[in-house]
Amino acid sequence: MNTAIPNDIDATLDLLTAGDYIADRSLATTLFLALKMGRPLFLEGEAGVGKTEIAKVLSATLNRPLVRLQCYEGLDVASAVYEWNYARQMIEIRLAEAGGAVDRDRLGKDIFRDEFLIKRPLLQALEASADGAAPVLLIDELDRTDEAFEAYLLEVLSDFQITIPEIGTIAAAQPPIVIVTSNRTREIHDALKRRCLYYWVDYPDAERELAILRTKVPQCEETLSRQVVGFIQRLREHDLFKLPGIAETIDWATALTELNKIVLEPEVVDNTLGAILKYQDDIHKIQGSEAAHILEEVKREMTAAGN
Amino acid sequence: MESVAEYVPPDDSNRLAENIMHFARVLRAAGLPVGPGKVLDGVRAVITAGVGNREDFYWTLFAVFVNRQDHREIFDQAFHIFWRNPRILERMLHMLMPQVQVEMDESRNDEISRRVAEALAKGEGSEEMQEAAEEEIEFDAALTYSAREVLQGMDFESMSADEVAQAKAIIARMRLPIMAVPTRRLSPDPHGRRVDMRASLRASLRSGGGVPLRHRSPKLRHPPLVVLCDISGSMSRYSRMFLHFMHAITNDRDRVHTFVFGTRLTNITRHLRHRDVDVALEKVAEGVEDWSGGTRIGHCLHDFNANWSRRVLGQGAVVLMISDGLDRDAGEGIGDEVERLHKSCRRLIWLNPLLRYAGFEPKSKGIKALLPHVDDFRTVHNLASLGDLAAALAQERPGRRKQYEVEAA
Repeated sequence: MNTAIPNDIDATLDLLTAGDYIADRSLATTLFLALKMGRPLFLEGEAGVGKTEIAKVLSATLNRPLVRLQCYEGLDVASAVYEWNYARQMIEIRLAEAGGAVDRDRLGKDIFRDEFLIKRPLLQALEASADGAAPVLLIDELDRTDEAFEAYLLEVLSDFQITIPEIGTIAAAQPPIVIVTSNRTREIHDALKRRCLYYWVDYPDAERELAILRTKVPQCEETLSRQVVGFIQRLREHDLFKLPGIAETIDWATALTELNKIVLEPEVVDNTLGAILKYQDDIHKIQGSEAAHILEEVKREMTAAGN
Repeated sequence: MESVAEYVPPDDSNRLAENIMHFARVLRAAGLPVGPGKVLDGVRAVITAGVGNREDFYWTLFAVFVNRQDHREIFDQAFHIFWRNPRILERMLHMLMPQVQVEMDESRNDEISRRVAEALAKGEGSEEMQEAAEEEIEFDAALTYSAREVLQGMDFESMSADEVAQAKAIIARMRLPIMAVPTRRLSPDPHGRRVDMRASLRASLRSGGGVPLRHRSPKLRHPPLVVLCDISGSMSRYSRMFLHFMHAITNDRDRVHTFVFGTRLTNITRHLRHRDVDVALEKVAEGVEDWSGGTRIGHCLHDFNANWSRRVLGQGAVVLMISDGLDRDAGEGIGDEVERLHKSCRRLIWLNPLLRYAGFEPKSKGIKALLPHVDDFRTVHNLASLGDLAAALAQERPGRRKQYEVEAA
């Protein structure tokens, strides 16, 4: 099992490609630096551009376990780091009492042992896997939590250690590979960003999007793929509330393939627009004549390009 | 992007480290948060990645020095100017201060951002622009709304001493107790409904025998507040007062975002963060370019919805919109945009100074378009009404998204 991190930017790019992730060289550069310098990688971008996927691919290609912490409002230490198993602790106390002579100091130590500790993602991530390689820690959608949790992360992300009052400080033998993602529903504090390497994941250009589609939806006809990519690329030039991401492109191509379509037709586009646009205002704006117009342009362009 | 040949690799790594340091200083002067720690990181990163080609070098430095998307443009320009010819910098340090633009060749003569130019020229060069702006004709647009965008710096000195004293005294003490909403985070509370297992267990160890229950309940917290203030000509009588008001509430609590709009939308949150109200307002005056011009409410709201709403309206924000609703574009596009805004926030409050006139009727198209989508519609025309506002905002109005029972488990 090869768990070694790549040695240069090209190797990083190859690694991502091997995991079916078609990346920019700029992303590979940042990722390589993050791996080599042992810094967390902070990925920001619109929803559905493949931020989370990077962590998954990394975990798969580097043969390391993926530990995922999905953030949400109110996320606290008990659900992100550790919690004591209260039920077992109480049973332990009852048993000790039933057994007679209770040494209180001793009992205090006994019930705060490792076996009563429920490890949550952050604590799990500090533990190396069986073969000694540190896991990939994905802190997903950090912008959904509040500032208090962000502040807690500072210690974890800079020193890779966690302090549990009853036990002491637990430090990682080998720091995990940390990927932090944010949809930017609020700005993450600079103190946290400062500890990370930053990368803005953008929408891909037509060429790369086509390559992604070929990899992810291989059963999709070539002409259809080109049309889908052309259509989405043009759609992103429109003034919409939520532009379709790569995830939507893949969804749409899959949906069209399921419908046994070989080429895009205006009627088909109208019926399946829900796969790429998720706001009624946006759908209303595009559906009908606008969609037909975009499709016509895409087809004309493809004919001109000799396809 | 330039070819590799044009890029001159520095002689040795010391020189490179030095150059990275100088580059970091340029970025810092341009407003990027680049500290000494970042410089060390930058050098380490470059050593780690190696100086292969220009593109890799670019992204290596980018990864270290940029940590928000807005800074990308500044970095890009600074990088191309600086690493094309680091000698510019030497001259700069020797205080020769040449016009930086001269060093750039004609082919790449696109406008470099004012911030980068100023950072490279150490503050010189912006004077001309200000002068040009001052030459614009001033005209009184009070209670009318002009179709022209007037680019003029607003003069806060014209505020009478009386006005300032009054505003400072009353507004500085003003607090906006917008209803607190329960968060999902819990804090110890003897009357709480939830059992705090951890605290209970610890207490039991202390007392021995039996487990004395400890409780906790959800914490209360103010939702984020977003203020959108109209600074067009027809509002100019009020906007100065509102700026003081916005300064007071921005510094009173966290998670406040402040925007002003006339013909364009400007985020002034950072300027208002200055503790000193005069410094803050001075910075606002510098940063905003459309004082007392026309109003394009629809356009500005669209800008807000497209570029800011996802970033500042998360976590159930309350929006305060301060505007008279008079619109240059005759209400065009307002309806859709304000509906979108209303749907993205917890509560939309519209403060309209015109409302004080007895017999105010919503005749303007802008006002008609706005009205159906606001949760609360009140007047603000003097300090007293601002005070009343505070009291009214303390409760959530019934009807929309009722504040759920705090105690409900």
